[in-house]
Amino acid sequence: MSMAWEVVIGLEVHVQLNTRTKIFCACSTAFGAEPNAHTCPVCLAMPGALPVLNEAAVDKAIAFGLAIGAELNHRSVFARKNYFYPDLPKGYQISQYEIPIVGRGHLDVLLPDGMEKRINITRAHLEEDAGKSLHEAYAGESGIDLNRAGTPLLEIVSEPDMRSAVEAVAYLKKLHALVRYLDISDGNMQEGSFRCDANVSLRRPGEPFGTRAEIKNLNSFRFLEKAIGYEILRQQDILEAGGKVVQETRLFDANQGETRSMRSKEEANDYRYFPDPDLLPLQLEEERIERVRAALPELPDARKARFIEQYGLPTYDAAVLTAAQELADYYEIVATDQDAKLAANWVMGELLGALNKAGLEIESCPVVAEELRQLLTRIADQTISGKIAKEIFEILFAEGGSVDAIIDARGLRQITDSSAIVAMIDEIIQKNPQQAADYRAGKEKLFGFFVGQVMKASQGKANPDQVNALLRERLQAQ
Amino acid sequence: MVKRIAHLSRIALPDNELPQMVSQLERIFSLVAEMQAVPTQGVEPMAHPLDLRQPLRSDALRQECLSREELMASAPRAQDGLFLVPKVIE
Repeated sequence: MSMAWEVVIGLEVHVQLNTRTKIFCACSTAFGAEPNAHTCPVCLAMPGALPVLNEAAVDKAIAFGLAIGAELNHRSVFARKNYFYPDLPKGYQISQYEIPIVGRGHLDVLLPDGMEKRINITRAHLEEDAGKSLHEAYAGESGIDLNRAGTPLLEIVSEPDMRSAVEAVAYLKKLHALVRYLDISDGNMQEGSFRCDANVSLRRPGEPFGTRAEIKNLNSFRFLEKAIGYEILRQQDILEAGGKVVQETRLFDANQGETRSMRSKEEANDYRYFPDPDLLPLQLEEERIERVRAALPELPDARKARFIEQYGLPTYDAAVLTAAQELADYYEIVATDQDAKLAANWVMGELLGALNKAGLEIESCPVVAEELRQLLTRIADQTISGKIAKEIFEILFAEGGSVDAIIDARGLRQITDSSAIVAMIDEIIQKNPQQAADYRAGKEKLFGFFVGQVMKASQGKANPDQVNALLRERLQAQ
Repeated sequence: MVKRIAHLSRIALPDNELPQMVSQLERIFSLVAEMQAVPTQGVEPMAHPLDLRQPLRSDALRQECLSREELMASAPRAQDGLFLVPKVIE
């Protein structure tokens, strides 16, 4: 690379709101029903059917706006976004265009290097989802399932504030955690409840933004990172060869690990937005906003502050542990009546390490929080040593079961009986007379050798503090 | 221009109807031009002619609805509970 390029990234995230019913009709939003079982004249676009706005969708949008410190528009307008596709029965999507419900806000994001960065959010607006097209099963035809048509979406648009794939992933993770904390979406990325489009461009630092490409439908954090990584290299190659990046929509192919142009859609990019005459402007009364505000749960930043205060954790630990609600809940169970910092070390070290290695999220953690807590209890009451605890943790993670059962079944109870430890020590000193003599002659370093021998003889079960004390005593005595 | 709008609207417009459509659209555009000449600075854009507020619906499931079979009865092609349409290539 001749000279550094700076990547500029903005994200558009579509969040399916977890209302019971659709945004403009009383059909169920439940996932996985028989095709078209959740449809009615409104979401099938029968002539004369009229939309009526779901107040839960409005309240969830308000909750999001409050959580990102946004200006809420007390008057917002629904608009028609016109395009033709078979899974969009009306021939337009009801969305918000000029005046969205949520205006400018921000999210403070923790980066892996421990620094925080503020990502500004341009807007968030309410709209309806489209149905699904199934292309495989029918020769020459596509099957259309409109169960999803009319499911409420909140589209969250960020400013182009991110400067690396790592920052984009950190922002998306924080946003994902936030919508789950707020209980406005199940955030299920496999089922498409949380989908991301990325706008990516390159520029020389300090220069105006370059031409961007929009990468569509990234449904995992890993795909987002890979797609941006690929896109940076692609645009860099074009620019360094003296070419120009074309403004276009691209699809990420997860199998090939590359983005590909969607040329077919280029010419259709004229949505002819206009206010939807079927819907009146949406007015937000103070009373509604305050009702939503009063019902807000403890949000990630507030919980982080509480972890610092209540558990005496360092800022970094508190930020990591509150990044996802499930992880924070897990930690609070483990830390109950335990050394809070030790609990944090175990959750952030052993547990997150093992999850990461196994490619699992905290939701599918094989070790229940109560068992990890019991493990810490057994360290504290000296039933086991820290070293043995790590072995037990590995067994718990791989095989499940309970801490106490594993300790008993495998005879892992710590040896705290002084006479047993002394017997072991004496035997080892007897077997190693030369080292014992050298130690007594001043070779202090050999102490570590004896500790190692005793721990080995006890299969790691001797209480380390007792070994240290008794060993010193016995070595001096003889 | 006219052809592009026809394409966006998915309207088949035979060439012999083009001149008529052009003159009709021009009349509409001149009306728009007249409206654009009206000074609107300081006037809040009107989103709806009715001075009413959007009523909201509670998030409750409908008790009864037409059956899927009734709802799909007028579809030209359907199978396995799906509407069938000419193949859409992504």
